[in-house]
Amino acid sequence: MNFPENLFYSEEHEWVEKIGPKKVRVGITDHAQSELGDIVFVELPEIGKELTAGDTLAVVESVKSAADVYSPVSGKVIEVNEELNDRPELINEDPYGDGWIAVLELEDPSELDNLMTADEYKRMIGEE
Amino acid sequence: MADKILEYLIFELDGLGESTYEVDDPIGDDFSVDVPEELMRDDLPFPDVPEVEVVRHYTRLSQLNFSVDTGFYPLGSCTMKYNPKIHEHVASDARFAMLHPYQPDEDVQGALAVMYHLSELLQEITGMDAISLHPAAGAHGELTGTFIARAYFRHKGETQRHIAIIPDSAHGTNPASAAMAGFDVIEVKSNEKGQVDMDALREIVGKYGDEIAIIMLTNPNTLGVFEENILEIAELIHGVGGLLYYDGANLNGILGMARPGDMGFDIVHLNLHKTFSAPHGGGGPGSGPIGVKEHLKDFLPVPTVIYDEESGMFKLNYDIPHSIGRMRMFHANFLVLLKSYMYIISLGGEGLRQVGRLAVLNANYLAAKVKKYFPIPYGELYKHEFVATGKVLKDQGVKTLDIAKRLIDFGVHPPTIYFPLIVSEALMIEPTETETKYNLDMYAAALETIFREAHENPEMLHSAPNNAPIGRLDDVKAVKQLKVVYTEEE
Repeated sequence: MNFPENLFYSEEHEWVEKIGPKKVRVGITDHAQSELGDIVFVELPEIGKELTAGDTLAVVESVKSAADVYSPVSGKVIEVNEELNDRPELINEDPYGDGWIAVLELEDPSELDNLMTADEYKRMIGEE
Repeated sequence: MADKILEYLIFELDGLGESTYEVDDPIGDDFSVDVPEELMRDDLPFPDVPEVEVVRHYTRLSQLNFSVDTGFYPLGSCTMKYNPKIHEHVASDARFAMLHPYQPDEDVQGALAVMYHLSELLQEITGMDAISLHPAAGAHGELTGTFIARAYFRHKGETQRHIAIIPDSAHGTNPASAAMAGFDVIEVKSNEKGQVDMDALREIVGKYGDEIAIIMLTNPNTLGVFEENILEIAELIHGVGGLLYYDGANLNGILGMARPGDMGFDIVHLNLHKTFSAPHGGGGPGSGPIGVKEHLKDFLPVPTVIYDEESGMFKLNYDIPHSIGRMRMFHANFLVLLKSYMYIISLGGEGLRQVGRLAVLNANYLAAKVKKYFPIPYGELYKHEFVATGKVLKDQGVKTLDIAKRLIDFGVHPPTIYFPLIVSEALMIEPTETETKYNLDMYAAALETIFREAHENPEMLHSAPNNAPIGRLDDVKAVKQLKVVYTEEE
């Protein structure tokens, strides 16, 4: 299983990629997509929605279950991956790339310090 | 496998007939009605099939079905016990089956008496003070119960109560019902024993205090584990003015041994079709009565059945001061009530207790055999069901889905899988009290065989079921391209 070094990880299995001083891209981890199984539907947030860390960012439905995706950081939704409306399976195929869920504008970039490194995340899910 | 046609659709049988049936023009020339031209049509794509072929078609389809009457069906949380056939015999008697809900009370005294006495029996069994037989099934009972909680707090002027506390092992319907009643759901996690984590609960209660409306619990819970701290939980929630809601899906495991009313629950729903045996899961409608304690009696839906001493008659009672109103058309799924009533009076108190005992014995016997291969992460002794994990076959690339599909090849129904969510690769098994030791042994042997196959020939498990009329379905395609309407060109 793949956990890129340049990402931050949350306990709820989301990843965060810093793409600007106050901008992050968010998705779910390889581990999360593999546990969920084939994803058939993604409910995306509205652009402009203000979120506090821990709020529900999106809902992902697989053939097994429906799961909330929690926002790992606080901020405003400025972009969503519309492609997922037609092709939710992108999350399975490419969780860190084409399967991204949303871009947020951070309220407080120091919140990223609360998240885990790839190694810490791997330890948490018992991959090491 | 995919190309084998088991049975044509009725539409595809069109033309087998010789136009043996003709329908007279029911309207005729004399009748004129102002229908816009663009809405008129001459054709009606209705299959023309001889009666005998129609009967054969549907009989063949029915033979492809799996049911409690064809095999062992330990679908966790669903309590698929055998349903006594004498109940069907009585329920199909015209004097019950042909009743109409608009008949006056004096014409349906027998039916009202059944409802009245059943309510009394359910009060006794659950330890509650009043019953509504209204709700059509379990989740509808939850909705009714959460509406009652909301109405109660509004009546008391405590509109600040917006929190529903629900464990992470709960049935998905619990948070859904709470949300429908306008509550915000807070999840409380389970401890290492699979029970509500008391520290986490205290923290939530401390944080939200009088914002808490209800806690919704299933006891025994979905792991088949009894919530040992239930009295302390009741004290904690009642201490801040909240209510306790009991999800009765798992009552079979404590039937006749413990009562939700005595545990401190204020609202209870029952699944009559599960615990008190009526065909369900495609075999018939459910019935989800709710019971409440004295302080919530005035909020029950209308109507309830009362006995009027003066006239010596049973009556439908619409006079409930703060009633939440109607939750459905008419009075209840009556024939399910009738079957449950027969079940209760024919077994009696001691018989019901024996139901609970044997359900627990069967679950524990099967658990002891299954856990040699598939560990059970929570609990040591179980009530009516247990939840094992298929995670042990991860290295073989075999998932719980493969195990479930392979079980079909052994002529048995798979367990509930991937639920509850707190057990990864969950296999939730509920044998019920009506199965013989032979069936339990056979199921355990099938799981043992599958465990061995996973090590010797995992590929075969990926394609399972291999002996069923239909092979592995494409779940993703079924969800994304669901086609339920016949169209000719395809």
